[in-house]
Amino acid sequence: MSTQTEAAPAMGATVEMTYREAVNAALDDAMAEDPSVILMGEDVDADGGVFKTNAGLPQKYGRERVMATPICENGFTNVALGMSLTGIRPVVEFMFADFMPTAGDAIVNQLPKYRYMSGGQFSVPVTLRVVSGAGGRFGTQHSATGESWFMAQPGMRVAVAGTPAAAYELLRAAIRNNDPVLVHEHKALYARKGPVTRGAIAEIGKAAILREGTDVTILASLMMVERAMAAADELAGHGVSAEVIDLRWVRPLDMETIGASVAKTGRLVIAEEQWHEGGWGATVISNLTRNGQAWKSVPRAVALYYDTLIPYSPPLEDEMIPSAERIVTAARKSVGQIPA
Amino acid sequence: MSERTAGADRRVAWYRQMVEIRHFEDKVQELFMAGLIQGTTHLCQGQEAVPVGAISAMARGDVQTNTYRGHGEALANGMSPETAFAELMGRTSGCSRGVGGSMHLIDASKGNIGSNAIVGAGAPIAVGAAMGFKLRKEPQVALTFFGDGATNIGTFHEALNMASVWKAPVIFIITNNLYGEYSPVRSTTPIDDLARRADPFAMPGVVVDGQDVEAVHSAVSTAVARARAGEGPSLLEMKTYRYRGHSRSDPAKYRPEGELERWKQRDPIELLGAKLAAEGILSADHQAAIKAEIQAEIDRAAERAAQAPYPTLEETRSYVYAD
Ligand SMILES: Cc1ncc(C[n+]2csc(CCOP(=O)(O)OP(=O)(O)O)c2C)c(N)n1
Ligand SMILES: [Mg+2]
Repeated sequence: MSTQTEAAPAMGATVEMTYREAVNAALDDAMAEDPSVILMGEDVDADGGVFKTNAGLPQKYGRERVMATPICENGFTNVALGMSLTGIRPVVEFMFADFMPTAGDAIVNQLPKYRYMSGGQFSVPVTLRVVSGAGGRFGTQHSATGESWFMAQPGMRVAVAGTPAAAYELLRAAIRNNDPVLVHEHKALYARKGPVTRGAIAEIGKAAILREGTDVTILASLMMVERAMAAADELAGHGVSAEVIDLRWVRPLDMETIGASVAKTGRLVIAEEQWHEGGWGATVISNLTRNGQAWKSVPRAVALYYDTLIPYSPPLEDEMIPSAERIVTAARKSVGQIPA
Repeated sequence: MSERTAGADRRVAWYRQMVEIRHFEDKVQELFMAGLIQGTTHLCQGQEAVPVGAISAMARGDVQTNTYRGHGEALANGMSPETAFAELMGRTSGCSRGVGGSMHLIDASKGNIGSNAIVGAGAPIAVGAAMGFKLRKEPQVALTFFGDGATNIGTFHEALNMASVWKAPVIFIITNNLYGEYSPVRSTTPIDDLARRADPFAMPGVVVDGQDVEAVHSAVSTAVARARAGEGPSLLEMKTYRYRGHSRSDPAKYRPEGELERWKQRDPIELLGAKLAAEGILSADHQAAIKAEIQAEIDRAAERAAQAPYPTLEETRSYVYAD
């Protein structure tokens, strides 16, 4: 991990690295490129941070730019906002997505509204890095993705990283952007490996088609992306051609890419690690319907998450999170291979 | 110019500013009745010495955060009454282009970097602004204004804690007007002197006579010098009183009889006026002339503000995102 910051590969080079290293590389490259970028949050400076994403950064950039904060999410997120008004581009680490509601005022009333209520006098370049998701046996208060909690708010943008490349590119894009951006990282993905291009910057609001197909669209975020890819492999064995889209942005939703895919397949499986109601999946379906999408299947789209809370008990937690098998079943139902 | 006349000029300027704020607020009341200003307003008659004394201790480049009761802070910082009226009337010529309203009189170009409708939120934002200066090794400081009631919300304590551990160049100013909405301070807060809330955060806490603009100015100047010297934050409690109810809809019937009259005996404008008259700097006649002149300016400003158009949805779109 520490080698990451010592000998960074040249910009433009594509290298295999873990999702964790991709986050580290994005922070490192952003901080190297722009001296006004700082990282702040609880324990971000010690031992690489709680999820070891920050290794080497305090040594390289000093503890003024890798700044440990007291435990006060609302307070320090508002501090980040204040810093952004005097020339700093703060990246704020949220140790767990579950802690975001304690900063509800900063996230709902301050960051997205500060520019607006001044009549456009400010830009607020604050990035929130949010450690999200279940599967870690952390229990019900440390396992939320929270990815749709703040999607309904103009003034804010929300990204979800499903692969190492996305983790790098989305974070770079967020830090460069002059508005507040929430970037969700999934804690179960930190050890995953994949190709990352140093210097690549995600396009705001652009989803990624990871696999092309013609029978059914599988739309996924965060950890569901790799499960959707595994499901697509298995579906091919059943003669079902699945198109897999990594959502990447919850706000703004890339309805162009999603709409074109569903126009082609006429079928949609929503793979989300969150409750369906009030989430991006429901919003996608609403938008497609409003846009006059014609469907080939009933049910038109499938919610995979159960309507209960996330447990600690390991087997039960695993059951709660949508698996590749559940995605496969949903897709086969949509094409009529098995009864709905 | 001798030091004495320089000092005299400054005190006359304070006098004028306080009169301007008083007449502005009275005019807001009038425009509200006329339907030109809608929604709600939180007026600050009686508290004028706090923003005037404090903001005159700022230097160019310093910043301040204000609250929904922030007309005084905006005007003391140099916003023109016309721009402020236009904002209250929802016109595109307002400081926040009419989308902000009474609670958001903001002018970043003058260091007025926010006026918050959420109790307590301005304090950590000011700490952040101050930390921005500190990280960039710039000499500026941040002031943050909030009420007595705000000292009970978490962000106040979080802000003081962070400011102290990081030695942020920030000055916390409590405008203790004895009430948070309809609640007397002692019914929500277990102590009388809120300046004591500095103690657990290891910073100076000072009780100040908030009716005396010179006392306010001097206390804030000391705190600003301390912050600029890298010695960290201070908490200043300004003891004052609001003459009107909390907001438009509040007749303030909960106040004990005689309280308002007692405070009016120490009206900040008259207190300074009496001193200036006694010292031969500004006679009673001069004071009356200043008031009449400012009243006419305020009336004209309101009239001009009302001529401006309302914003269109299209022009406000760029206020949502910078990119
Ligand atoms: C977080 C929050 N809670 C409640 C309110 C409603 N509210 C507005 S002003 C106010 C009283 C605040 O009192 P104080 O801090 O003393 O300021 P003052 O109004 O006296 O200037 C309340 C409760 C609010 N705006 N924000
Ligand atoms: Mg009060």
